[in-house]
Amino acid sequence: MSDIPNDLQYTESHEWVRDNGDGTVTVGITDHAQDALGDLVFVELPEVGKQLAAKDACAVVESVKAASDIYAPVAGEVVTVNEALGDTPETINSDPYGEGWIFQLKLADTDADAGLFDAEEYQQVVEDEA
Amino acid sequence: MGSRTPLYDAHIGLNAKIVPFGGWDMPLHYGSQLAEHHAVRRGAGVFDVSHMQPVDVTGPAAKPFLQYLLANDVNKLREPGRALYSCMLNARGGVVDDLICYYLAPQRYRPVVNAATADKDLDWMRDRAKGFDVDITRRDDLAMLAVQGPSARNLAEPLLPASLRDRAMALKPFHAAEGDGWLVGRTGYTGEDGFEIMLPAADVGTLWQGLLQAGVVPCGLGARDTLRLEAGMHLYGQDMDEETDPLSAGLGWTVSWQPPERNFVGRQALQARREAASLPHFVGLLLTTRGVLRAHQRVLHAGVPVGEITSGGFSPTLERSIALARIDAAAAAAEGTEVAVEIRGKAMPARVVPPSFVRNGKPKITV
Repeated sequence: MSDIPNDLQYTESHEWVRDNGDGTVTVGITDHAQDALGDLVFVELPEVGKQLAAKDACAVVESVKAASDIYAPVAGEVVTVNEALGDTPETINSDPYGEGWIFQLKLADTDADAGLFDAEEYQQVVEDEA
Repeated sequence: MGSRTPLYDAHIGLNAKIVPFGGWDMPLHYGSQLAEHHAVRRGAGVFDVSHMQPVDVTGPAAKPFLQYLLANDVNKLREPGRALYSCMLNARGGVVDDLICYYLAPQRYRPVVNAATADKDLDWMRDRAKGFDVDITRRDDLAMLAVQGPSARNLAEPLLPASLRDRAMALKPFHAAEGDGWLVGRTGYTGEDGFEIMLPAADVGTLWQGLLQAGVVPCGLGARDTLRLEAGMHLYGQDMDEETDPLSAGLGWTVSWQPPERNFVGRQALQARREAASLPHFVGLLLTTRGVLRAHQRVLHAGVPVGEITSGGFSPTLERSIALARIDAAAAAAEGTEVAVEIRGKAMPARVVPPSFVRNGKPKITV
């Protein structure tokens, strides 16, 4: 059973989104995603300052098994990236919703989170995949 | 749903992540592929490899048949209890499969072939056997475990049939001992010491449990792949296949050209190829920056494509990415050459190294 915190929003492609309340969001991949990928060994972070449209492929996580794209859950500008993942990509496995965050976006518009799933809806996405 | 080994329920009980592999439902890992990898390099791990297919080749013509069927020469197996690695070729010199062939007794051999190709291999062998006085028998009654790592043999010893223990512990690499329906070989696919054990399917549950109780770590196909890649061992279907000959895949050392009068399947095509063209070079690559090399990525030298990665991945021992690659240009294949690999459209720096990265727990290259 994977962990799906109630206070986050989610995408179909298994990113989580935390609204920081200041016009920015933090993005990572879900517990379900890290479990499916297996041990992570490399993260290619997006460039700070890059403008992203929702669903743009913007980062890559590579596990021992395969490479997997990370998509921008919402439109915005990359303002911060988690540089620590360069040395310790396995943090995503051990703490996907905390220290394993990947990047922060400054939202392009305030309605940007339309179309994201809540925890219950995302649970359904995970179950439908099984 | 794929075929299941006799240990399927045991894998489920250990929370294995099960994946389809060559028609089988097999454990990929039991939680952490990296931890399993390190267990084999530092202690001992056990792999359920019961999906692999042992085939008994018996009868008066067993030896001449295998000398015709295989590119390596079973005549090198001077006495029973020895084993040899070989490719089985088609008439074009392409690789039908790779295998280890055990010499069990006069007129009795046991090649062990890959799971995904087992049906094809059996058909191929039976077709080639026409005119030879041999029997070819699938040994579906056997299970197989690979116990690998520096402490693997010592931990496995007390679990072997009493009649086999002393003989098994005295085995040299690529030798095997048979008894009580078991075959214990000092072979493997990890670059570590250890045993591969074939035994009656009914006995495998007890051996598996005994190994786990002795502290041997259960390991899945994921660790098996990173271990064999570090050891520079080939994976059929990836590093070579029916369209690739062994000379182009770094397996020239497994082709036995002597004696010249031995006619084996594929010999003519291979000989022509050896004499005619400049063959591709099979090399190792070390990515000198962060990232992960993967199969089919292009290798560039001075900006020009010169070859392709056949197997790539992350080396847990070196904490770098490594790969096996086929390089067409001799100038780009020399050890130490700085090349680049195209990863998602970007040229990332890599170095040509010997295609054997880790053996017996120790790096063989400098990162």
